[in-house]
Amino acid sequence: MTHEGATGPVAPTLTAVVTRRDERRVAPRPVGTGWRQRLEIVMFVSPALALMAVFVLWPVISAVRMSFYRWKGFGPMDQWVGLDNYRLVLQDEVFTDAVMHNFTIVVLSILIQLPLGLGLALLLNRRIRGRGLLRTIVFVPYVVAEVIAGVVWFQLLQPQYGVIDTVLTNIGITPPEQGFLGTPELALPTVFVVLTWKYLGLAVLLFLAGLQGVPDELYEAAQLDGASWWQTQRSVAIPLIGPTIRTWAFLSIIGSLQQFDMIWVLTHGGPANRTTTMATYLVEQGTERGNYGIAGAASVLLFVIAFVTAVAYQVVVMRRDTAVQR
Amino acid sequence: MRSKTRRAALAALCAGALTLTAAACGSDDDSSEDGSGTTITWWHNSNNEPGMGYYEKVAKDFEADNPGVNIEIQAMAHEDMVSKLAAGFQSGDIPDVYMERGGGELADHVEAGMVRDISDAASEEIEKIGGSVAGWQVDGKTYALPFSLGVVGFWYNTELFEQAGITAPPTTLTELGDVVAQLEDAGIDPISVGAGDKWPAAHYWYYTALRECSEEVLTDAVTSLDFSDPCFVKAGEDVETILGWEPFNPGFLTTPAQEGATSASGLLATGKVAMEMQGHWEPGVMQGLTDDGKGLGDKTGWFPFPAVDGGAGDPAAALGGGDAWAVSEEAPDEAVEFVKYLLSDEVQIGFAENSMGLPTNSAASDSVADPALAGLLEVRDAAPYVQLYFDTAFGTSVGGAMNDEIALLFAGEASPEDVVEATQAAADQES
Repeated sequence: MTHEGATGPVAPTLTAVVTRRDERRVAPRPVGTGWRQRLEIVMFVSPALALMAVFVLWPVISAVRMSFYRWKGFGPMDQWVGLDNYRLVLQDEVFTDAVMHNFTIVVLSILIQLPLGLGLALLLNRRIRGRGLLRTIVFVPYVVAEVIAGVVWFQLLQPQYGVIDTVLTNIGITPPEQGFLGTPELALPTVFVVLTWKYLGLAVLLFLAGLQGVPDELYEAAQLDGASWWQTQRSVAIPLIGPTIRTWAFLSIIGSLQQFDMIWVLTHGGPANRTTTMATYLVEQGTERGNYGIAGAASVLLFVIAFVTAVAYQVVVMRRDTAVQR
Repeated sequence: MRSKTRRAALAALCAGALTLTAAACGSDDDSSEDGSGTTITWWHNSNNEPGMGYYEKVAKDFEADNPGVNIEIQAMAHEDMVSKLAAGFQSGDIPDVYMERGGGELADHVEAGMVRDISDAASEEIEKIGGSVAGWQVDGKTYALPFSLGVVGFWYNTELFEQAGITAPPTTLTELGDVVAQLEDAGIDPISVGAGDKWPAAHYWYYTALRECSEEVLTDAVTSLDFSDPCFVKAGEDVETILGWEPFNPGFLTTPAQEGATSASGLLATGKVAMEMQGHWEPGVMQGLTDDGKGLGDKTGWFPFPAVDGGAGDPAAALGGGDAWAVSEEAPDEAVEFVKYLLSDEVQIGFAENSMGLPTNSAASDSVADPALAGLLEVRDAAPYVQLYFDTAFGTSVGGAMNDEIALLFAGEASPEDVVEATQAAADQES
């Protein structure tokens, strides 16, 4: 084979055998068609790239550009302020608090939704009566549009007149006077409960899908060895769906960092800025106050924070999965 | 194969015929009148009856008097209109005739070259309206004609006041405290406030500032953006006094101003609270929030913000603002004519009769049908001056920062000094 010279010296003995065997599986590439293949790739990829450029790249570039100007949202963008907007955002307590709220949601999601979702998935993976119905019930909130779910919860959580307060009052519990969403200390936890209600279904669905992929033989083998149900789950099922769990956690982290809809509907970031997120901050500064430069800077920071977190997670946690697949 | 092409040809023919007839119809209409075929787009926020129907009639009348002019109306809820306008300004695509709230916002729009200077074209109307037009002038030029100018005050439920044994509305802050206590004793939630939207809460601070600060200090602050006078801190302290009575509806920190039955206006409209401090639009909003479309009906009462003992401000000064019709820079000239028509005696009288607001054309003053609005008009005309809402006057950036901090004051998380500091900090960024 033509590549022997290249791979030979790098990989000695055993790995060399493996490599060579792998190579044999790949169809031999005819010489001289490289440019043609490249042209094909360009042709097939360019429409998607063009869409990316218009709807992803261009908005990103204009947000970055905006962040260097003081701009009211209309008229010419000609008041260059350098990094001033970034300084203002980073010095703004509302923004730093918003970042804290985002990471609180990230951490709480993993600490609470992961065990809860995993537990439900393991239960729903057993052959119990009404399993289909139960699965649907768990999954329905995820299908409902976030804004609609938000409006419904907003009504339920109305202080004094809402269903939740009425029920609590009737069973003798005094609900907080300002309501769950209006009490600064309770607002973020309440929002988190609603978010959990909304997104638990996704975790359960993904975990269930992962569990379906675990071969029955492994359970049988474990049973033969006398493992209890719990031992089987802990030592066989859960480790095997590790990649699924790590993927879910990744989605959850990114979703939490970008959280906007639910909070905007439920609290608008209030009371007393206790539920702001980076996204509500930039919308508040941008469309509400007309400080588009500051909003641009905040959106760049949101992007950087989400990007760094994503890359760090890929490097630290997900590398195992990609390495195993190779 | 053949039948397919034939069918396609037939379809094309039909379509062609349709366009032809449509075009024929269109040109018929235009040419029979006198030709120009101008379309004016108009956005307004009277999306409930009778206002919506009245404006349709007004547009029809104008179309009849001005052949060839076609007015395209879009009536929407106030909040929707505001956000749609903001988007419009961003993309540079605004309707020909739209609402301006004056102050810093208008100044920004003017600076961006998007609003038409109508000082000369509408000089007659401007003179007729008088001093009220000041809020819509930038550097001595007029950019919009205010058609409704209201003042903020307390709207109350006369029945609930009676129930609590309150005989006369309060005239001082101390009396207001007594009224709150009386209502609480009667088991009635005294006041609703939509602090979730921030500005309704901020109005309390604006009003106490109006009572604590002299007119000179305020006028100076609006232009110089200097808030060092101690009266601004005192304003915050007065708000703290009010908050100390715990007069507000449960959950007021996240209560929206006017969306739905559990909003601040909804609570007043449905008899769940006794009063709310709101602008002149409140009866209309309440009508939209009740099933029978009547709001509080004949139980509606109104009293002005009470005097504050020892304040340097005039106790008769009012906080208010209004809406004005502006014409976009790119609108056809007919749009200016239409705006002038909207301010005519005829239209303003109808506007008053339908209780759509507080007319600025004095010819319509006597036509205000709603007794509560008529009382409000008296207060407005008797006021030595009407201070434009601070957030409007200062523009969205400073106003937003100010409202934010006042909302924190309501949540007990900011001091009166913080409010002044935050406002000053935002103002310093502007210059």
